[in-house]
Amino acid sequence: MQVRTLFFASYRDLVGVGQMSLDVPDGCTVSDLVGVLRARGRPFDALPADPAVAVNRTYSGPGTRLASGDEVAFIPPVAGG
Amino acid sequence: MSVPPSPLHAGVVRAPIDPAEVLARVGAAEDGAVLLFLGTVRDHNDGRPVSGMSYEAYEPMAREVLEAVAREAAARLGTERIAVVHRVGELDVGEVSVAIAVSSPHRAEAFHAARYVIEEIKRRLPVWKKERYLDGPARWLAGADPRGEAAGATRGEESG
Repeated sequence: MQVRTLFFASYRDLVGVGQMSLDVPDGCTVSDLVGVLRARGRPFDALPADPAVAVNRTYSGPGTRLASGDEVAFIPPVAGG
Repeated sequence: MSVPPSPLHAGVVRAPIDPAEVLARVGAAEDGAVLLFLGTVRDHNDGRPVSGMSYEAYEPMAREVLEAVAREAAARLGTERIAVVHRVGELDVGEVSVAIAVSSPHRAEAFHAARYVIEEIKRRLPVWKKERYLDGPARWLAGADPRGEAAGATRGEESG
């Protein structure tokens, strides 16, 4: 299945893209997706192993199961205000 | 510009924030306390001269989080007279990055609600800032892990 990944701020600088579609196995969790990305090697292996992630605009833990078409955002430490 | 007071308002904007417009969104005949907090871009950080700040947001989520934070504060305050606006884009020193207006019958609830909103913004709003310096390349500022743990170095009196 396909999900849409988003990278912001320092993570975008790290991986060189702001968004990317990604094929992942059905039933994949957030943690699995991070693993799939990091296994691609550089520059994706520079992402943290346990980043903060939002699925469809809600902060979601590593065990969250993904569905086709989900929007998965990698959230660097936040600095609003 | 005059905007009639309306219930709870939360927004993420690119244009400069007009504090008077945010303030005009709160206030009522039964309120004896009206509070306005402004976060602004400082001209220094860590002893380095700052020329400006670039704010980036995950905008659709930032809007939702900001509204959720305002609703939580409203539940604590017992009124919906809370307005909060966060700006994104390129800001110069002295410009307003965030404005929070609250009104309530008495001052304690207004101070509590405004404090709650700014602290939750710092803790979980998906916004990032890149500081520009007069003496070197810009850098993303260390922030807070939205899952709760402290992440990166905190830099003393960070207000805006």
